[in-house]
Order: sequence, then C-alpha cells, then structure tokens
Amino acid sequence: MALRRPFTREQQTTVVFGMLAFVVILVVLQLWLLTATMNAYLGGDDGVVWPAAIASLVCLLLNLGLLRYLGRVTRRG
Amino acid sequence: MATRDIHPKAPVDARIDSAAREGLTGTAPANLYGPALEREQITIAPDFRPPELQPAWRQDFPIDWPQDQYVERRDFVKFLVLTSFALTVGQFWIAGENWLRRRLGLAEARRIASLAALPVGGAVVFNYPGEHDPCVLVRVGERELVAYSQKCTHLSCAVIPRPAEGVLHCPCHEGLFDLRSGRPIAGPPPRPLPRIQLDVRGGDVFATGVELRTV
Repeated sequence: MALRRPFTREQQTTVVFGMLAFVVILVVLQLWLLTATMNAYLGGDDGVVWPAAIASLVCLLLNLGLLRYLGRVTRRG
Repeated sequence: MATRDIHPKAPVDARIDSAAREGLTGTAPANLYGPALEREQITIAPDFRPPELQPAWRQDFPIDWPQDQYVERRDFVKFLVLTSFALTVGQFWIAGENWLRRRLGLAEARRIASLAALPVGGAVVFNYPGEHDPCVLVRVGERELVAYSQKCTHLSCAVIPRPAEGVLHCPCHEGLFDLRSGRPIAGPPPRPLPRIQLDVRGGDVFATGVELRTV
C-alpha cells in the first residue's frame, strides 16, 4: 500500500489556487452561455437552448467534481 | 533578586558564554536549543514587515495569515460552485420557457385597425398576441404598413414611432430603431424589435403572427 503523506498547508493552498483558476474559467464560460442563450431565445432562435443547457450542466458537474476533490485535499491536510 | 529584575541585554563576559563553548558547558542561552518553528507555524503579515513593526491592533489580535488565505480561497471556490449551480438553473429555466412557448403555438389572427382610419404617417397602439403585449402599427406609405412590439429590446421601455424621421425612439436610454426594418440603429438595444406580421382584408388590418429576430 502506497504511503499517502498529508498535504502541507502550502501544498493545500497551491491546490486551492489551481482549483480556483479552473472554477473561475468554467463559471465565466457558463455566464457567457447564459447571456448568449438568453439573447438567442428572445430573438426566436431556440436551436441553441438545449445544447447550451447541457453544456452548462457539464460545467456544473466538473465544478462539483473539483469541489469533491477539494474536500479530499482538506481531509488529507 | 528575582529573575524578572535581570536585564535581558546585560553584558556577559565573553569568556563565560562564547560560541565555541556552547553546548559543552550548558552556559549557552536555553532558547538556542529550543525547537525551531515549523514552516507551517511561520506567519507573515500582508505588508511583509516583522511582527514588532506591525500596528498595535495586529499585535493584539495576531492572525495566522497563510491559514486565513487558504480558508478564504477555499470558501471562494465553494461560493463559485454555488454560482455555477445558479447559472445552470438559469439555463434550464430558459429551456423550460422555450418548451412552454412552443407548446402555446402560433397566435390567432386579430383585427387591429381600419385602414381608412389610419392616415399616412399615423400610428395606432394595440395589444398582440396577449393582452399585455403592447404593439404599435404605423402606416409609412399609401400601401405600406409596419407593426412592431412596442417593448424596447434593451429594457422593455415603450418605443415611440417618429414617422417623419423614419425611426422608433426609446426615450429611456435614447435607443433608435429603423422604422421600416425595426433594426436598432443607435443606442443600447441589442436586437431588432419583434415584427408583427400583418394582413389587410377588406379594408381592415389584421395581426397574424409575431416574428422574433436576432439580427
């Protein structure tokens, strides 16, 4: 069984910073998706509504996965 | 004499306490062999100055800054994930609204004005397709009629037709739409006004549908 040393506080902070960068990018992408979809919907173009909703859901799942990893990092710290 | 009366920087004979004798006679200061601070225990204030140069309030209430930064960033990640959830809910709300709009289908034709009662350059306000959807009909020529939703595509203020200038004006933020096409030509509106499809039957003008446009 591999030895799993706890993360030091510096390592935890580095992991959190990296995770924050990913989450910010995904949230900005979702915000852009929402505004673009709203503009298209109000303009009568409903072809993008469902693909955009699914893309946003994928971003949310990625974010939840990162949050779950964050919890594991905190427990190992 | 009590220990507290001893001045910490009182001169000590170099022959008694020298670097060469430390550890051999036990005369070196006790804190020299005390446990060194772990990296985890070292905290540096945000202005990078040593603790003794920090303001009194910071000395009275010392904070573990690296830990504070870690907790701050971790909680910010959690807040952003909550924001991500809210944005996803918004996307599915739009999808739900779209489903409802498709289910309602096309609006029925409705008589809105008599052509004889509308002179060239005249305008009349009506509601279509619902009772709370204000629209405006403008006669721009002898045989040319245009009708648009009266809600500005910026923030839904009522637009005012100015047939002499060939524009529809939104007074809230000085938006302008071209009267013949309904497309925005100035100001903040992002999309053309929804066009109301018209039909002239026996001297009466009927609204028959709504055409939404993105460009």
